[in-house]
Amino acid sequence: MLQILGQNILNALQLGSVYALIALGYTMVYGILTLINFAHGDIFMVGAYLSLAAAAFLLGLHLGLPAVVVFVGAMCFSMVLTALLGVTIERLAYRPLRQAPRVSAVITALGVGLFLENFTLGLLGPEPRHFPTLISVGAWEIAGLTITPLQILIILGAAVLMVLLDLLVGHTLLGMAMRAISYNRQIVPLMGVPVDRVISLTFAIGSAIAAAGGLMYGLAYPVLDPYMGVRIGWWAFIAAVVGGIGNIRGAMLGGFILGAVEIFTPMILPSSTYRDFVAFSLLLLLLVFKPTGLLGRPIFERV
Amino acid sequence: MGSPSAPRANPRFAPTKNNFENELVFKVIMPLLEITNLSHNFGGLCALTKFSLEVKAGELVGLIGPNGAGKTTIFNLITGVFKVHEGVIKFQGQDITHWRSHRISSRGIARTFQNIRLFKELSVLDNVRLGAYARHAYSLLDAVGRSRNFRREEERQRQRAEALLARFNLSRYAGAPARNLPYGEQRRVEMARALISEPRLLLLDEPAAGMNQSETQELIRLILEIKEEFSLTIILIEHQMRVVQNLCQWVKVLDFGETIASGPPREIQQHPKVLAAYLGQDGALVEEEMENSASRSVIVGQ
Amino acid sequence: MVISEKRKKLLTWLGAVLLLVLSWLLPASGLLNPYVVQILMYLGINMILTLSLNLVNGYMGEFSVGHAGFMGIGAYAASIITVWFLPRAWAFWTFPAVLVAGGLAAAVAGLVVAFPSFRTRGDYLAIVTLAFNMIVKSVLENLEVVGGPRGFLGMPRLTNLFWVAAWVLITVMVLRRLVYSNFGRGITAIREDEVAANLTGVDTRRVKLYAFLVSAFFAGVAGGLFAHLLQFINPRSFSILKSTDMLVMVYLGGVGSLTGSLLGATIFTLLMEVLRPLGLWRWVVGPLLLVLLMIFRPQGIMGFKEWKWFKERAVSSEQ
Repeated sequence: MLQILGQNILNALQLGSVYALIALGYTMVYGILTLINFAHGDIFMVGAYLSLAAAAFLLGLHLGLPAVVVFVGAMCFSMVLTALLGVTIERLAYRPLRQAPRVSAVITALGVGLFLENFTLGLLGPEPRHFPTLISVGAWEIAGLTITPLQILIILGAAVLMVLLDLLVGHTLLGMAMRAISYNRQIVPLMGVPVDRVISLTFAIGSAIAAAGGLMYGLAYPVLDPYMGVRIGWWAFIAAVVGGIGNIRGAMLGGFILGAVEIFTPMILPSSTYRDFVAFSLLLLLLVFKPTGLLGRPIFERV
Repeated sequence: MGSPSAPRANPRFAPTKNNFENELVFKVIMPLLEITNLSHNFGGLCALTKFSLEVKAGELVGLIGPNGAGKTTIFNLITGVFKVHEGVIKFQGQDITHWRSHRISSRGIARTFQNIRLFKELSVLDNVRLGAYARHAYSLLDAVGRSRNFRREEERQRQRAEALLARFNLSRYAGAPARNLPYGEQRRVEMARALISEPRLLLLDEPAAGMNQSETQELIRLILEIKEEFSLTIILIEHQMRVVQNLCQWVKVLDFGETIASGPPREIQQHPKVLAAYLGQDGALVEEEMENSASRSVIVGQ
Repeated sequence: MVISEKRKKLLTWLGAVLLLVLSWLLPASGLLNPYVVQILMYLGINMILTLSLNLVNGYMGEFSVGHAGFMGIGAYAASIITVWFLPRAWAFWTFPAVLVAGGLAAAVAGLVVAFPSFRTRGDYLAIVTLAFNMIVKSVLENLEVVGGPRGFLGMPRLTNLFWVAAWVLITVMVLRRLVYSNFGRGITAIREDEVAANLTGVDTRRVKLYAFLVSAFFAGVAGGLFAHLLQFINPRSFSILKSTDMLVMVYLGGVGSLTGSLLGATIFTLLMEVLRPLGLWRWVVGPLLLVLLMIFRPQGIMGFKEWKWFKERAVSSEQ
């Protein structure tokens, strides 16, 4: 029993890492623009497909490349392209709306997400694609738990990215600019902060991290379809809200909580199909009773 | 400088007999508004400390003080915009401390805003009719069924609104979106919107903000007129000493959320603490303003 | 041309009756081909949905992205009543009551969204409505009694052009009367400035409650019509994609406008029909349209404007 529990905690950590990586993108954009970037889940989906394309291409060369090279290659390729996608979306769809009512921007985000999803659907069709196996080393048995190198890679990789991001936001000039913009976007340009560039970079970083999440997701759960952005993206979004949207550490915490919800729901409720119900009920209750999330700051309405 | 014109009888807005008797009772026995030990803070920052105020029916009380002294906070607490955590607010003897805004409004307290808050896209007529929201005595089903009750009420409130628009010289704007009106007219629409609910107490938040001298004089006259015409009690927040000087019988001065002085305007401006508060803020300018008002105070009195 | 109030009223009623007669006679006489009738029925259902969503998103300025949830509840409730509780022979006659029941079920569900709306607004309320939509879909997928993810069937095809036309007329009439009343002014005041509205005496909570109830009711009715047209429903029909379609129609036609809602539903429905040959690519059009609209004309074609005929009578002091 304890072993099952331990194994599930490990699974929850693995899944939670992916959720946390995506949640970071939601939370960064919200922090800086107070915009719920509903398209972010689909950016993650595109990132996953790009990783698949890169991995398939590198393996298709039949050069006998080591798995690490393929992994790193796919990661770089998808992170760069997805970052570009994020920046392009911001430039074309969100920037013209920066002065518009917030509702317009949120609806646009919803539209962009559906566009990406349906575009992929039109391009690739609804059939799922299989992600190639890169890391096939056998599992280790430690204290009765089965641990795969892949699990270690995902959890550690995600942790490294999160620590890097936390350092970036907390200790660099760029991070300071981000925080300044999220605090007051009207004043900051007067102090010489290149607001547009900082916002673009925020989108780039958020999207790149989502792409990394996409690669890891593909390795762990090797079936991709155009709707995965919605399925996984919404969960990551809930993670961001649970942690307190706009708060980076909150997003990480939320990610792991949602990972746990997903893994443990089938243990408690009769079927895994209840997981959406549980997650969204959690979201609803949280919004009603603690709208700021676990680590979020309260927002005052000025009169 | 205009002296208050003789109150014009306006039957539609004249207090009913019952109200009038009430008013007599309140005048003699108890204050219309009674605030005791009201405190408020924003995330640890004290905006208001132990504020108390008694206003008798028919009075015109001024609240002055430098920027950020907590004046608007008092209005927001009275009208239920902010939740009261400490202190008691009684209106006509009734505890309204924790009421929601619309209830307070229909109980007889109306207000205007420092930065005009009209419903910008709605017509001027609709803005004023919204002030009478609580007076529309019909249900949702009446509205959907267009019952006789609905038509009668709608007609009645519409006429009241139109009469008020006429009173404020706004009739020609009735159908125009509120945002299209000039600044001064928007202020008057806001006042009409406040008055249509037949308030006993009117809270005016810097009504003279952004007005030049002659507009301000005009406004002072208007305030005195409506005070008589609608038998109002008024609390006025003001920045300019001159306005308070000319209007108010009693003045409270706030600084950093604390009441530093209270009394008739002429005494107040000699008060050392008041001088310090104003001088500390914005020296020369205020001094001049005080002098200004001092020279005028002789002319006006109620 | 100036038309007196009385004549306008008479003409409106005549027009409505004419529309109903035509919607009965044309399909029955076989003059309209069934394909066209089918599209007209979808158009009518979309009109009801758009009008209903516009009350919340356009007039009240709140942001519901979960309206398909209300539609789904109405669809399932109406279908369950028809299939489980009513003898086949009665079905035709009880259909209007069944639709109303579906609408009422949706309105009750509307409370789930209305109560949170007292405390949250803007983005947060959008998330609440979204969560509501997802929960409805998830619950339907897990209820084996109504077929779970496979869906629910067995409804006779009770929806016809007449009923659709009748409900479109009812929706327009009720919403028009609501909008031009004290409550309607309260709803728009919430959009303009919620705090000021409350301060001028508008019971904002009650008004929000009314708006969500009425809006959910008509979305539920539309769901009932939809279910008895398709004769088969499954949870996926009421996903967030359906909600987005409604958003496109509202923001295309125009927020805060009845005319705009009718226009938006018409353009979108016809466009999707015309684009049918594109296959899967067709679904790219809606989202793209939504984004372009938001950037170039966020209030939609008829935003806050109304066809003269739908307006309240002119200000009397101007006459």
